[in-house]
Amino acid sequence: MIAMDILLLNIIVLIYILAVGYLGYRGWRETRDSEDYMVAGRKIHPYVMAMSYGATFISTSAIVGFGGVAGLFGMGLLWLTFLNIFVGIFIAFVFFGKRTRKMGHNLSAMTFPELLARRFESRFIQYFSGLVIFLGMPMYASVVLIGAARFIETTLAIDFDLALMIFSVIIAAYVVLGGLKGVMYTDAMQATIMFVGMAFLLVMTYSHLGGIIAAHQALTDLADLVPANLASMGHLGWTAMPASGSAWWWNLVSTLVLGVGIGVLAMPQLVVRFMTVKSSRELNRAVLVGGIFILMMTGVAFVVGALSNVYFVQHDGVIAIAAASGNSDSIIPVYINAAMPEWFVYIFMLTLLAAAMSTLSSQFHAQGTAVGRDVYETLAGMRGGRSIPITRIGIIIAVVVAVILGYVLPPSIIAPGTAIFFGLCAAAFLPMYACALFWRRATRAGAVAGLVTGTFISLFWLAFVHQKEAAALGIAKMILGRDVLITSMPWPVVDPIVVALPLAFVVTVAVSLATKPPAEEHLDKCFKGIG
Amino acid sequence: MLGINDPWIIGVYLLSVLSALLCVAYGLVNWNRGGEKEANEIREEVSWEKGEVQMEERELGL
Repeated sequence: MIAMDILLLNIIVLIYILAVGYLGYRGWRETRDSEDYMVAGRKIHPYVMAMSYGATFISTSAIVGFGGVAGLFGMGLLWLTFLNIFVGIFIAFVFFGKRTRKMGHNLSAMTFPELLARRFESRFIQYFSGLVIFLGMPMYASVVLIGAARFIETTLAIDFDLALMIFSVIIAAYVVLGGLKGVMYTDAMQATIMFVGMAFLLVMTYSHLGGIIAAHQALTDLADLVPANLASMGHLGWTAMPASGSAWWWNLVSTLVLGVGIGVLAMPQLVVRFMTVKSSRELNRAVLVGGIFILMMTGVAFVVGALSNVYFVQHDGVIAIAAASGNSDSIIPVYINAAMPEWFVYIFMLTLLAAAMSTLSSQFHAQGTAVGRDVYETLAGMRGGRSIPITRIGIIIAVVVAVILGYVLPPSIIAPGTAIFFGLCAAAFLPMYACALFWRRATRAGAVAGLVTGTFISLFWLAFVHQKEAAALGIAKMILGRDVLITSMPWPVVDPIVVALPLAFVVTVAVSLATKPPAEEHLDKCFKGIG
Repeated sequence: MLGINDPWIIGVYLLSVLSALLCVAYGLVNWNRGGEKEANEIREEVSWEKGEVQMEERELGL
């Protein structure tokens, strides 16, 4: 019987890989020049654009990592779903997206750092941002890989390391060959699979637990089962927010909800998608598709993650985190394998592989263009098609680094690993990006100062103040003799974004006001056609 | 309500659904808006693409 199932699974996966291969090949065939390769020739269908953005945004990180965190924290994580939709879709598309598209067009920018560099006429911005992306993103890429690998590990009990390797090679092949057009076609297909898979998961979970209200009530009634160590950190049950000001509350609100919820506005691989649509109309339409898509992804993952506690208590007498042997990254895979019919487990695995592939391919693509276009071309002073080989080498390096990190990172890392990268991007890029789009008076000096401030304060905070990373890195211990610089609460649990982002904003504005305004002529070019 | 006692959780549960509905409403209302600049931009794009080709030819000495 198991042999049959494996055969069926192999057939499904093979069909899937062939379809992805075909779409990647189509993208490759249609990629004629460097501009096609970078921004897909700027003419992409709105469904493809929205689904591609959605599939890039949502990955195994959101479903497995954050879904597992919801199994641990409960439904408070839904604040992230709300921000994902309201900030990540509505504000991002309607306010940032339209201006980004227009300004990207006016300045013929092809990458996020290039847009900022041309707006502020600074090469430093381009290669510095390129470096931040190239060096920071492997962390995020690798937790996405881990998410997929954990699911394969649980479902098939096959050699995890080997699966990780094969999976990485497939992704690398189609990103290197196809450029963004290939990436966007396959993304749209994968997003469609993800949507159907998550819809099933939601319906089956609620119906299994006796309906929406009965399921929630059962989860509410579990509040007494919160382990003492979590309760002492502020955990008040899975349908309640953590106690205000507690360690648990800071972790949920500052790191997971704010870090990821706000950080999405300045994610390079998402911003570049705004430059691929031909008019604002496509963005308007994409808002519709994107809003529903994100609700079905993160909303469902977080609700189901929290409700998995009810299932595990009813069947095994333990809460979700105990059923997953203490690794929150395993809660969703274990739940789906235990509670769902076998055919669904296979489809869901495909869904997750799809989610991982789409996010990873965009991440690797963003890293490749960061090193090829933003670092190499800017420093070498060359333009045109010459950077494509460098971009491809950059992608290969990015894949290798992500895979290596995938082997060495500890358990329960997916959500915090994602949050670190989102938080870093928010602090480094958001002040300069928002000013670039909305404030004509912003100057080059202001943008550079904000970029440097946001980047270094974030890194300093991670190394010296935020307990989790500081203790793991050990730099503070080496220099100061203790894990963190400030030991009094709440500082060791306050996320870098809470400090670095506002400071970087203040610095950007203050330095801009203190320096000479940019030339009117240049601003007119940047803002041509923008209200 | 909904089997949940904490108003913050009920609130965000509903808020998530409402914000998705906001996106749907916005998308429907503006379904055809914002496309009018297209023709102009396409012309611009053609001219840049020509410029880009010329630049590359110059740089690469083709």
